[in-house]
Amino acid sequence: MTTLGGAPFVAPAAYRHRRLIDAARILPFAGFLLLMLPLAWEPPAGALRDTAGDTVYLFALWALLIAAAAALAPGLSRPPSEGQGRDG
Amino acid sequence: MPFDLLVLACIAYVAILFAVAFAVERRTAAADGAGPPRWLRSPVVYTLSLSVYCTAWTFYGAVGYAVRSGLEFLTIYLGPTLVFLGWWILLRKLVRIAKTHRITSIADLVSSRFGKSPLIGVVVTLICVTASTPYIALQLQSVSLSFAVFASDTPAGWHLDRPAQTAMWVAAGLAIFTILFGTRNLDANEQHHGVVTAIAVEAVVKLLALLAVGAFVVWGLAGGVADVLDRIAASPVAGWELKPDRWTGLIFCAAAAIITLPRMFQVLVVENADERHLAVASWAFPAYLLLMSLFVVPIAVVGLERLPAGTNPDLFVLALPLAEGQGTLAMLAFLGGFSAATSMVIMEAIALATMLSNHVAMPLWLSLPRRGAEAGDLRRIVLVARRVAIAAVMALGYSYYAMASGTAGLAAIGLIAFVGVAQILPAMLGGIFWRGATRAGALAGLTIGFSVWLWTLYLPSFGEGTVIPAAVFAEGPFGAGWLRPRALFGVGGMDPLIHALFWSLAANAGAFVAVSLITFPGPLERVQGAAFVNVFAEGEAARGWSAGGAGAEELLVMAQRILGEDAALAFFRDAAAAQGKAGWLPDITPAFLDALERRLSGSVGAATAHAMLVQITGGATVSVEDLMAVANETAQIMEYSARLEAREAELTRTARQLREANDKLTQLSVQKDAFLSQISHELRTPMTSIRAFSEILRDGELPPAMTVRYAGIIHDEAVRLTRLLDDLLDLSVLENGTVQLAIRTARLSDLIDRALTAAAATRPERRFSVQRDPEAEDFEVTSDTDRLAQVFINVISNARKYCDADDPALRIAVRRQGGQVTVDFIDNGSGIPAESQGLIFEKFARLTDETRAGGAGLGLAICREIMQNLGGGIAYLPGRGGAAFRVSFPQVLKAGDRAA
Repeated sequence: MTTLGGAPFVAPAAYRHRRLIDAARILPFAGFLLLMLPLAWEPPAGALRDTAGDTVYLFALWALLIAAAAALAPGLSRPPSEGQGRDG
Repeated sequence: MPFDLLVLACIAYVAILFAVAFAVERRTAAADGAGPPRWLRSPVVYTLSLSVYCTAWTFYGAVGYAVRSGLEFLTIYLGPTLVFLGWWILLRKLVRIAKTHRITSIADLVSSRFGKSPLIGVVVTLICVTASTPYIALQLQSVSLSFAVFASDTPAGWHLDRPAQTAMWVAAGLAIFTILFGTRNLDANEQHHGVVTAIAVEAVVKLLALLAVGAFVVWGLAGGVADVLDRIAASPVAGWELKPDRWTGLIFCAAAAIITLPRMFQVLVVENADERHLAVASWAFPAYLLLMSLFVVPIAVVGLERLPAGTNPDLFVLALPLAEGQGTLAMLAFLGGFSAATSMVIMEAIALATMLSNHVAMPLWLSLPRRGAEAGDLRRIVLVARRVAIAAVMALGYSYYAMASGTAGLAAIGLIAFVGVAQILPAMLGGIFWRGATRAGALAGLTIGFSVWLWTLYLPSFGEGTVIPAAVFAEGPFGAGWLRPRALFGVGGMDPLIHALFWSLAANAGAFVAVSLITFPGPLERVQGAAFVNVFAEGEAARGWSAGGAGAEELLVMAQRILGEDAALAFFRDAAAAQGKAGWLPDITPAFLDALERRLSGSVGAATAHAMLVQITGGATVSVEDLMAVANETAQIMEYSARLEAREAELTRTARQLREANDKLTQLSVQKDAFLSQISHELRTPMTSIRAFSEILRDGELPPAMTVRYAGIIHDEAVRLTRLLDDLLDLSVLENGTVQLAIRTARLSDLIDRALTAAAATRPERRFSVQRDPEAEDFEVTSDTDRLAQVFINVISNARKYCDADDPALRIAVRRQGGQVTVDFIDNGSGIPAESQGLIFEKFARLTDETRAGGAGLGLAICREIMQNLGGGIAYLPGRGGAAFRVSFPQVLKAGDRAA
């Protein structure tokens, strides 16, 4: 009933599902921005890059993005109509 | 490590792969149409099969890359991670399109989108083969190099003097495996369950191998995580430079490659069994990539510390355990690298062979004179074409390896291939997100991008002076300096790879968009464009066929040649049943042609399937006029429904008016009854007192004073009766419109003066202030001035009677506009309640109790009739602070103004 594309106002469950989709759309762009962050880390003059620090940051960020995707995935692969009965 | 053992391990490993693939194929066949077993369709197998992305380049090359460029190697895995995180945007759409249109390869996708163009299929196939050949060579090289590592490790033992021979054996073995399991069937959707399962097994092997080597390095050779981090900080790797252009460019490049590499498109899109698997893969595949990259830097750092200088960093993964005397671990690492190389080669060969057979071999075969339409099992031809194509791809890869072995670092070749296949990206993304993208645009973009890539990256990769003379590098072809391969348009300061990436994609996308904007797409392109871009929209898409010009039997014969007899018969019977027909042959409707074409394209690609159907139906494809007709039909239906809606609204309005009229009639009937009873009552009261007093007088013997008083009462009552009857008569005359009007001209201010004076007799005890605007009133009106004054008197008297303010005031506002005069009488009382406003002009309507009013309640009813007779009206104005009446009439009354 609320799966109509054009419906401007929908039930809470369908509303949740739409925001979940928004989050899934934003995630790669947020990830890209965070990956660009090390570009701004200038090593102090004369010193080398903090390679160990970069390694830890990049892998931690990577793991975080994977965790975020894993959190979003179950809700996304479930059609919204199914979720309606559960948390309506 | 004895060479025999190594070869034995390889053979045993390959035998296991064969067994796995064979067992799965048998299970699938035994399932008898029910599809492969459930566990095979699980998201885990799907995710693991995606690991063909991690080739020997990852397995061995990532460490070498890290030694040379530090953490930059991560870009190759971060790009795909971003694409998978955004699976909802792109991958989901790709998979849905591929399922809907039975796409068999990336060339099929692009060609199908752009009007099933055979030419685009050929161009994309050409790009893929050109870019993939060195990539396959790279895998062969890595296998032979890894053999060589074992050889050099044992000076006393065997010596590998001809590495090319190893590569040849590997290539031949892989060709056999791929032909056996990659071309078993020509089934719909091109899914190869046996191969995919074998690939999944290989994914586990290479991951475990790399993790084992990594764990050995971190906890065996180094002293745990903290120690490794210290060593990283102290090692030469720490000196790496983060170059913004390479960092960003490579992330983008890898992101593009994950969807455009032929083998990735094959496993990601074509072999996808269920759209929901993407949701799992969206995090599981990035996790796999993370695990694959986790120990790369530690292995590089420890390898640099421990291995002798001059050891090829591309082989640290193998050399390190070997140097430390860990034979078993080295064997595991070797198998890991072997599986990484083989899985890539197998998948790439299948994908390329599909493209070559569907987009190059089949069109050629069909174009042979009097061959295409003749009988004969085409399936055999397609399968043979595919087998030959697999062998050819392997041979190409091997020759490339034999020709250019060991020239460039492993990573360089991989990235060159990435940039090459990225040329498909603009046409692909434009095709599925932009309806305006045209075939000509895609062709222009692909050709220009491919040419720039060849010139700036591919040909220079052979080295200066091999393919392109050294002079051209320095001065450009024929002295055209702006065409130098590494400084196109004089842009020389860029990294060569980024330079090529930038110029090829910029030229590609620019040409694609520009040509798309100025060309006009054919009807089939428009149909396909709409179907691809709006793949998630519900409802039926436009058809690609206009009418059936072919006999059902001819079509059945052709379908049998591609699908096989049983499958084709079943398809035709189902279609006939869906049309409600008994028997085997359905009516050849556009819908049926569409479905048949889709089914066929699952086997031979959209372009070939379309060409074959066109051959039989005689080109009954859809035309622009057909499309417009469909659009017109839709528009007409919409217009019709809009008209229906308007009519319905009109009907509703009429019904409401009728209801109102009915209500009014009912009310009038009630009013008439009330009027009769009212008038009886009004007449009866004075009559009763007249009768009573006249009876007293008739009996006589009254004192004269009493007689006079009673006679006076009788007289007063008679006067009241007369006045009432006069009013009633007046009203009926006015209502009938038979009144005689005495038209005269008078000043309006005089009329109002007269009315105020006359009305002063009503409740003379009240002090009443009157506000007027003498200037506004100062003009002449031509009308029945006596009647007009009568209305004024009535309204002013009412104000005097009913205004309940302590300090009553009456404002008289006069306005003249376009020959119409309005006179507003506004007092400062509490006004008339909203629910009564509709009643006050009715006969005998009295809002307050009768005694206070003292009239019969006919005043305003008479006023209304008078004003109607004078061509104007009287109305109550709500919301003016008190009771407010507006009297409006024409300044000069003409005969026609009189209301009927």
